[in-house]
Amino acid sequence: MAGEMMTGNLAAAWGARLAGVDYIPAFPITPQTEIVEALAEWCDCGAMPARFVMMDSEHSMMTAAGAGAAAGARVFTATSSQGLLYAFEVLYSVAGWRVPLVLVNVSRALAAPITLEPDHNDVLAARDAGFLQIHAETCQEVLDSILMAYRIAEDERVMLPVLVNLDGFYLSFTREPVIVPDPEKVAAFLPPLRPAHLGFKASAPHALGVAVLGGTPYTYFRHQMHLAAMNALQVHREAAADFERLFGRRYDVVEGYRLDDADDVLVMSNAFATKGRAAVDAARAKGRRVGLLRLRVIRPWPAEAIVTALRGRRAVGVLDQNLAPGLGGILVQEIAATLYHDPARPKAICSFIGGLGGKNIHEGEFDAIFARMEQAGKAGRGEGPVLLYTEAEHREMEQLQILASESRADR
Amino acid sequence: MTWQRETFKKIKQIPREEHVLPGTSLCAGCGGLEALRLAAKVLGDDVVYVNAAGCFTMLAAYPFTPFKGSWLYTTMGSAPAGAQGVRDALDVLIAKGRLPKRDDLKVVVLGGDGSTYDMALSSTSGAIYRGLDFYYFCYDNEAYGNTGVQLSAATPYGARTTTSPCSLQHPAGTIQEKKDIFEIWRAHKPPYIATVAPRYPLDLAEKFARAATFTGPKLFLALSACPTGWLYDPGETPEVAKLAVETGLWPLKEAINGAVTHTYIPKRKPVEEYLKLQGRFRHLFEPTKQEEAIRHIQERVDAYWRQVNV
Repeated sequence: MAGEMMTGNLAAAWGARLAGVDYIPAFPITPQTEIVEALAEWCDCGAMPARFVMMDSEHSMMTAAGAGAAAGARVFTATSSQGLLYAFEVLYSVAGWRVPLVLVNVSRALAAPITLEPDHNDVLAARDAGFLQIHAETCQEVLDSILMAYRIAEDERVMLPVLVNLDGFYLSFTREPVIVPDPEKVAAFLPPLRPAHLGFKASAPHALGVAVLGGTPYTYFRHQMHLAAMNALQVHREAAADFERLFGRRYDVVEGYRLDDADDVLVMSNAFATKGRAAVDAARAKGRRVGLLRLRVIRPWPAEAIVTALRGRRAVGVLDQNLAPGLGGILVQEIAATLYHDPARPKAICSFIGGLGGKNIHEGEFDAIFARMEQAGKAGRGEGPVLLYTEAEHREMEQLQILASESRADR
Repeated sequence: MTWQRETFKKIKQIPREEHVLPGTSLCAGCGGLEALRLAAKVLGDDVVYVNAAGCFTMLAAYPFTPFKGSWLYTTMGSAPAGAQGVRDALDVLIAKGRLPKRDDLKVVVLGGDGSTYDMALSSTSGAIYRGLDFYYFCYDNEAYGNTGVQLSAATPYGARTTTSPCSLQHPAGTIQEKKDIFEIWRAHKPPYIATVAPRYPLDLAEKFARAATFTGPKLFLALSACPTGWLYDPGETPEVAKLAVETGLWPLKEAINGAVTHTYIPKRKPVEEYLKLQGRFRHLFEPTKQEEAIRHIQERVDAYWRQVNV
């Protein structure tokens, strides 16, 4: 396969570099730091004509990013996990400013307990902030999605920030072959940013982010954000077609794998979808007619594409790599609501919770998932949330508990 | 050596043109708005105000703004970071030829004392540390005013707020001393810091003119006498602001690259004259006079001016 070997983090940095960003406010956090390190070096040596500034927190970083974009610059920044949550109120603010910046989030599970490996409670917490969200499966897709993200964000029909997500460790630190697009072709794909309504200048003063009094103007502006986000579905279609024409790679809002004759379909997202594909192949070899649907664009929610892919199936399983304590999976709720009104909706929807804190999903677990989906489909009754956790894993946990109690006894 | 004003020697030299237009929804008699009005006479219109959550948020309420310049409302904790983003973007766009130099703007943060002393302290510290070329205008009304007057780190000892009421345990009300934000700023060694008060327009205007000669952080702490929170008649704002300075409670000073100069040396009237004008200190006088609390406030002022050594 062509391309050079690079980590997902470096691919993200290349995305920002090729997009010709003007401004990068930064703050370090594992496992994202390598992105801003690469950008700092490139800005320093003149390879990137951008200003790089180390900020004092993610809250400040996100504010500077939004303010820089509001002033008319093309802005890139990146964070992860606790950092995304530390910036949380600012996500909502800058989306309301309608600034087309791109934020990369390298998914990492949230404290407590504190950990470094990925799940999606961080990025999904931000799903209602007004950012569009693209979730990548491969390092190549990380780079390509950043270019598409700018194209979509800066479209006058959208003018919303975009978050591009990649999984910590599984993509951030994994080297895969990545084709670095030709800058001239990128220029053809992504026109220069010349926003008509952004920018602070002496000759054209304006006020942004002003207070509103009462629900009517508030509702108006929030509705505008929703309608703009929905416009992004069409804008994404156009961007995807242009991207395929120029670079030969195709990205849709959702991606199907071996769906054609699949009775049961498992829904996944991000890097673990690669495990899901392998599991589909293994299950097919054993005679199960199963397929996989990967959610790539999560905001705007691609309802039509999801219904098209899942209608008429026997059972749908949603593997949520997140956990809303007291509810279960987050994405299964949205999938179920989306399918409800379709007359040919699946007979069963099953919810599985796995991959928390980067925990592996073993082949045997996928076997069990597909078996339970088949059973649920035949019975016409879904189940879940099923918390994936094996006996072997629990034996490992018990060893840790013994060590923890022994060290306590020592004191 | 006494401090000499060079640009503004007489009141007639202060421009008549207004840059903060009337008709805002701020309280009548707002000392902070008066200080900003005077500051804007020196800053002009080629300004982008980067606002933190606070009373001034209500200056720009859709579809109105009192400014002829621009405005960006950020958050309570990160207006200096917003200033960073705007300044950086303006620099980059000018350098790349996408914005004419004549369209450049001064970047001015507006923050109340709640934001300044508490929530945005790390963001401010970061901006000063990075040498950001911006103005910081803190309207200090010594409480979380916009939410209805709660204790802030700027609330002085003895003042009553809704969350530091006078009680049997705490008859003086607020028992903490006001945080010394001037010295916290000064520890960062920015090129220019000053305190100002709206009743001293020449002093105020001169300081903004002097600040303009420096590149980097220029920070202002403006006494914002507050009829709503301090409980006095809105018409008395000039008198309250004057007595804050004349009693020595609000020293007028500047620090250039860390070197402090007091720009006005008051004869120092007794603090009682200032305290008794305001409802927030009324419990120090009624039903029984709290001599010890008043003496404590007086002693703190005396100690301050002793170390000033003028």
